Amino acid sequence: MLWVYLETTPLLGLVSTLLAWEIAVWISTRLRGHVLANPMLISIVLLASLLLATGTPYAAYFQGGQYVQFLLGPATVALAVPMYANIARIRRAAPAIVPAILAGSLTAAASAMLIARSMGASRTVVLSLAPKSVTTPIAMGIAEQIGGSPSLAAVFVLLTGLTAIVIGPVVLKTVRVPDWVARGLAAGTAGHGLATARILLLNETAGAFGGLAIGLNGIMTAIIVPLLATFL
Amino acid sequence: MLRALTILILCQFAGEVAARAAGLPLPGPVVGLVLLLVILIVRRGPDPALRETSNGLLRNLSLLFVPAGVGIVTQLDALERDWKAILCAIVVSTALGLAVTGWLMQRLSKGSAS
Repeated sequence: MLWVYLETTPLLGLVSTLLAWEIAVWISTRLRGHVLANPMLISIVLLASLLLATGTPYAAYFQGGQYVQFLLGPATVALAVPMYANIARIRRAAPAIVPAILAGSLTAAASAMLIARSMGASRTVVLSLAPKSVTTPIAMGIAEQIGGSPSLAAVFVLLTGLTAIVIGPVVLKTVRVPDWVARGLAAGTAGHGLATARILLLNETAGAFGGLAIGLNGIMTAIIVPLLATFL
Repeated sequence: MLRALTILILCQFAGEVAARAAGLPLPGPVVGLVLLLVILIVRRGPDPALRETSNGLLRNLSLLFVPAGVGIVTQLDALERDWKAILCAIVVSTALGLAVTGWLMQRLSKGSAS
């Protein structure tokens, strides 16, 4: 009887999300520094496995999950605060960073959509790939806006960040970019917060420019992608 | 903290309304972000409460994506069908994005320095 009651309240989804997160953080601190030990990735795998194993529909889980997700809106707005902290830097470097981020945003979004489409992926997948280089809250908003799936977008964003961490050093070496400012900007533009956090460990200036690129790229991509999507 | 949260939600709300009213295909929270940025520029920075609440939210940002990420269970068919296309698209487009931004930034900042 207790179970029947719990299934109808949002509490179960909420509690399982918070517990999964605590477990994931614990696991990730144990496996210190490993790229794949990402708390978000571990939480998603834990909860998804739980739903599949117990045959619980996603809608039932989301009754509770939506309360956590709701905070994503205000959190996206809150990105303005760290952006403001960098405003002097942004103004000074604007003539170089604006075109660089714009080109990177356009390249990443257009190439992802074209490759996926030419390989026969469904329209939902193609549209959800478009914002994959952007920080997750903005990416989910963009995906929803253009008719993709916010869930797919969240996972694609995560995979993109991990990819950028793994291939970033090789790619930047191949195109001969030793400059830490340019490397940081590239990490933030192509690999959002995940790649920025990683490059911050190597060089502080690179980290600062990565952080700046995350916000600017988010805004630029939110403007560009809906336009690109109309061509598909 | 509550007042700071109210400011954030008000910005999101205003962003949502503005995007819809103007018929812009932009996510409401992104418009809200720009709006708050403009407010911060005009007022020369956030008050301590807003800074603290924002940092608190952003420190735990990854948790907020989890419920949507779990939604992947509703998309398993799409993943199974298109995983090769997805993998290729992500790896190649990420490499291109890194290369283009890094290369152009280095070139342009050299140009402005000389």
